[in-house]
Amino acid sequence: MVHVATIVPISLTVGANRIVPAVAIPYPLGNPELPKDEERNLRLNLVKKALRALQTKVEEQTVFEK
Amino acid sequence: MAEKKYRVVHYLNQFFAQIGGEAEANIPPLIKEGAVGPGIPLQQSLGEGGKIVATMVCGDTYFAENIETAVEKVVEFVSPYKPDVFVAGPAFTAGRYGIACGASCAAVSKKLGIPVVTAMYEENPALDLYRKEVYIIPSANSVRGMREIIPKMAGFVRKLGLGQEIGFPQEDGYFPRGIRVNQFVGRTGAERAIDMLLFKLRGEPFQTEYSMPTFERIPAGPPIKDLRSATIALVTSGGIVPWGNPDRVEAASASKFAEYNISEVDDLTADAYQTCHGGYDPVYANDDPDRVLPLDAMRVLEKDGTIGKLHDLYYVTVGNATSVANSQKFGKAIAEKLKAADVDGVILTST
Repeated sequence: MVHVATIVPISLTVGANRIVPAVAIPYPLGNPELPKDEERNLRLNLVKKALRALQTKVEEQTVFEK
Repeated sequence: MAEKKYRVVHYLNQFFAQIGGEAEANIPPLIKEGAVGPGIPLQQSLGEGGKIVATMVCGDTYFAENIETAVEKVVEFVSPYKPDVFVAGPAFTAGRYGIACGASCAAVSKKLGIPVVTAMYEENPALDLYRKEVYIIPSANSVRGMREIIPKMAGFVRKLGLGQEIGFPQEDGYFPRGIRVNQFVGRTGAERAIDMLLFKLRGEPFQTEYSMPTFERIPAGPPIKDLRSATIALVTSGGIVPWGNPDRVEAASASKFAEYNISEVDDLTADAYQTCHGGYDPVYANDDPDRVLPLDAMRVLEKDGTIGKLHDLYYVTVGNATSVANSQKFGKAIAEKLKAADVDGVILTST
């Protein structure tokens, strides 16, 4: 499981092992200020990052920054 | 003036009641007159005021395998003795015995309205099951701690028997029950918080007024080896539900999670989906629910073969003042469903 969440410290506190930082609380995988196609791209990239996290072996809680 | 007299019934397992060891662990509940085993030093410690009028006994295995029946029998047998206090154990680290002590106390307290207390070691699995309902005094981890624990139990039984008020856990020596009590204090929260901060900075001990829950650590799952053949599921605590919230998932303090089929859906649109979460500005999620539950992106990656399949069902609850206990319950139930459906990986989104 990978947790895509904006408030990383909470995600760490509750014990998620794979964490991908998100955009903002009300729109973790979006950005209403961007044009629709750019916003879709942003979301696609975040989901790809989450999938990479799922393919990565982790021994301890890991935040996937890049 | 002589102290008020009070009546006590004591609960013991087959071993401490001197009936026998593991071979006798199947004996059904029975009650004996007077004090037995550890009840004898307990009676001495209580002195004149309190009298152990009977000892309730049950085999540990019998109790653990027939909790409901055992608890009913305990209530039935204890009731005619009309005790003022019911005391169980100490159970030390014994798991089945701990559960028997906790369950008996909880039932007697609930059904008969009699104050109850037990004692066990902090790692006894029964502690977390019963600490909210029952006063549980910390004991050592083995019977070697009997001599120390008996006077503590006697002191507590005496307080309950005389109807004295029980103070805070650290004052009266029992495991915190997670109860918050309002009280008047002379100094504001800001002043008290700064004091605590200063103590913390100086590395000195301080007492929190509100301890945070502790969270279980779960080992990380193994990585997905072949994403192209993997089934990935979406789960969210961000409250994305079909428009109108058909299952009435609560906006705060959720009591449930919901499951929806998205096998025919490629994009979450504002006319068909919404958020029911009451803890963040819903404008952006209502405008485009993919911003919280990225279904459109998952479909793109499914079509181009990056992932094998997006699971047909998604799971949703609201993470807004939702209790840790409920959250754990939802998490376990969702994980079981996903495992049964051979899902390989999960993306959980939170707002």
